[in-house]
Amino acid sequence: MIYLDNAATTRVRPEVLEIMTEYLSDNFANPSSIYAPARGAKGAIDTAREQVQKAIGADRPAEIFFTGSGSESINWALKSVATQNAHRGKHIITTAVEHPAVLVTLQHLEKEGFEVTILPVDEFAQISVDQVKNAIRPDTIIVAVMFANNEVGTMMPISEIGTHLKQINDERGKDNKIYFFCDAIQAVGRVPVDVNALNIDLMPISAHKMYGPKGVGALYVRRGIKMQPLIHGGGQERGRRGGTENVAGIAAMGLAVELAVAEMDDTTKKHRELQKYLIENTLKAIPHSRLNGHPEHRLPNSVNITFEFIEGEGMLLLLDSKGICASSGSACTSGSLDPSHVLMAMGMPHELAHGSLRLTFGRDTEKADLDKFLEVFPTIVERLRQISPLWEEFQRVGNIDALLGK
Amino acid sequence: MNYTEKVMDHFMNPRNLGEIENPSGVGVVGNAKCGDIMKIYLDIDDNQVIRDVKFRTFGCGAAVATSSISTEMIIGKTVQEAMEVTNTHVTEALGGLPPVKVHCSLLAEDAIRAALWDYAEKKGIVIEGLEKPCDDHDHHHDHDHDDDDH
Repeated sequence: MIYLDNAATTRVRPEVLEIMTEYLSDNFANPSSIYAPARGAKGAIDTAREQVQKAIGADRPAEIFFTGSGSESINWALKSVATQNAHRGKHIITTAVEHPAVLVTLQHLEKEGFEVTILPVDEFAQISVDQVKNAIRPDTIIVAVMFANNEVGTMMPISEIGTHLKQINDERGKDNKIYFFCDAIQAVGRVPVDVNALNIDLMPISAHKMYGPKGVGALYVRRGIKMQPLIHGGGQERGRRGGTENVAGIAAMGLAVELAVAEMDDTTKKHRELQKYLIENTLKAIPHSRLNGHPEHRLPNSVNITFEFIEGEGMLLLLDSKGICASSGSACTSGSLDPSHVLMAMGMPHELAHGSLRLTFGRDTEKADLDKFLEVFPTIVERLRQISPLWEEFQRVGNIDALLGK
Repeated sequence: MNYTEKVMDHFMNPRNLGEIENPSGVGVVGNAKCGDIMKIYLDIDDNQVIRDVKFRTFGCGAAVATSSISTEMIIGKTVQEAMEVTNTHVTEALGGLPPVKVHCSLLAEDAIRAALWDYAEKKGIVIEGLEKPCDDHDHHHDHDHDDDDH
């Protein structure tokens, strides 16, 4: 199997699997109990909290809360901070290309009386700091901008936005602060992320994007931000998230984050080379193809290309038949019938959005994997174009306007 | 989401792919917005028997498979018999479709009817039960969001 879908999830690395097994078998005790094995389990959680804290440059382990997923962290952060600050303002700013976990949570908050400004993005899926500046109002309480886009890999100007918010917050005073929420789920372990250098206040992360297990995430909460309890219960996570801790998952996440960040320079260097190689050779081998996302400001492991006149699911099925796992922004692959909201927000016409292919590398990805892709994929595109009436029309009259109803 | 073997077979080896020169009728349905467009060509003899069918489809695996199998289902039939092929028959012939893909079977049904309409107009005849095709099949769609990236 050639796995080129590491933005969807990653394979648990052996060291991480080992520590998980340890806390599921030999060290299985409940961390809330009093005996020695329980203290070991408790110690594993403390260690993991420090590992996450250090990996993202946070000041204190207490600023890290473990949760059940990235989406849970997102939901909790946005709902809690919005509710806690509703008395002074109900305006939230975000972007059109956020993950559904952010956009749908904000839609929910809109129903509860909050007002959400969704900033449009440019053709590369980026916003500018000026757009954020111009959208800020006296009643703004949260700015939610993702670090890097999960579909097209584009990185947002997080540092500039953080700096600007800091300046504004200095003027507004601490009682009227705008909180900076940054979904860094695709970014941590792939590019440097430092919550203090970037002035981030709330940051969700997820273990399974960096060779940890599914079912565990974390939320960074800057000291001083009050969080409502997410789950009432036995006082775990300092009373914010009751329920016996997922010790094995948490220990695994701590180690996974630590290793991913420690190896990041090497991985990034390798991925940048692979990325350049794949983009150049794919665009060269297949006519009527184009890169999606920012040409430079993009995650090192992410490639997203549109192939004109064909549809994404067919590409995935034929790639799968060759043992290659990839992903698409096509409607048919998402369970929805609309193509990717990210590609649409970038201004891409429907027929092009349906023809996108996303390839994302992991730590195991080698040049030989990409060579295999480059060997089989041109034939796949050719085959799908032979099936496509758009391709036939284009060959015959030089455009597809008639079939698009233009 | 899982496709049946039959769906995969028709997607991997589509039957009657291509076009017909001087066709008796041509139908184009669907739109790029929803990600599927089907174009179907009919060759119909003087006894109103469908001699040959060809198609091209822009769309997902299910769209290609429903197009392919529906061409098989109407070859050799009279236009009146072809009118009786519905999306339910197409779905059944494929051994079922995932719920989110059922609209693809409507695409095939609509395309056949659009091609028959074209034929009837050219010939100046009326085919019983056939109505003028609407421009798109957008109204068949349920919109439901799902995303696997977090």
